[in-house]
Amino acid sequence: MIEITTKPIDTDAVLRQVASPEAGAVVLFLGTTRRMTDGRETESLDYECFADMAERKLAELETEARRRWPLVGCAIVHRVGHLELGEPSVAVAVSTPHRRASFEAGEWLIDTLKQVVPIWKKENWADGTTQWVHPGLEVPPELKAKP
Amino acid sequence: MNVTLHLFAVARELAQSDTLELELPEGATVGQLREHLAAEHPALAEILPHVLFAVDSEYVDNERTLSPECQIACIPPVSGG
Repeated sequence: MIEITTKPIDTDAVLRQVASPEAGAVVLFLGTTRRMTDGRETESLDYECFADMAERKLAELETEARRRWPLVGCAIVHRVGHLELGEPSVAVAVSTPHRRASFEAGEWLIDTLKQVVPIWKKENWADGTTQWVHPGLEVPPELKAKP
Repeated sequence: MNVTLHLFAVARELAQSDTLELELPEGATVGQLREHLAAEHPALAEILPHVLFAVDSEYVDNERTLSPECQIACIPPVSGG
């Protein structure tokens, strides 16, 4: 199950998606919006995605995870739009017969998601400035572009 | 040929538009698209070495040839999760 949504993530619904009598383990990872990053305070975050491609890449991640591990259930939900502090921005849930595969698959899914899925976040800093987060772009160009 | 480039995040803000209509030589490659952008859209020049391009929702390299029917997207380094 793959979903990109502007609504708050219903974690109970995500867990229901992967629940099964065939599974002896369920791992749920939530990525949540954090206040402090490298000493700077975040007030809120905005997420943007390239929806067609993001859904396709998320589906490919599920397919690859199912090839690598004996997944019973797999659910990935990413929220986009405006998020306040402490809210989940992403949920990854997997279920497997035994726990080790659930931990491994869940970690691989979130790590790979962060590398390949076209979703971006913008920090709305507490000092009133904003900054798109683009790993590897060391000098955020939009700060220079601002008058 | 005319192609439409879709832009996201910092690329969209620098270009001040979520799409750019570009005129490229017939059969142009992604590498030629990069050169065209650097020359015609200098606001994007600084980030171009760091961005990937996607055609029809798949990442492609600079040798990939483009056609007007392609859905072409500029993908700055991603930061989901």
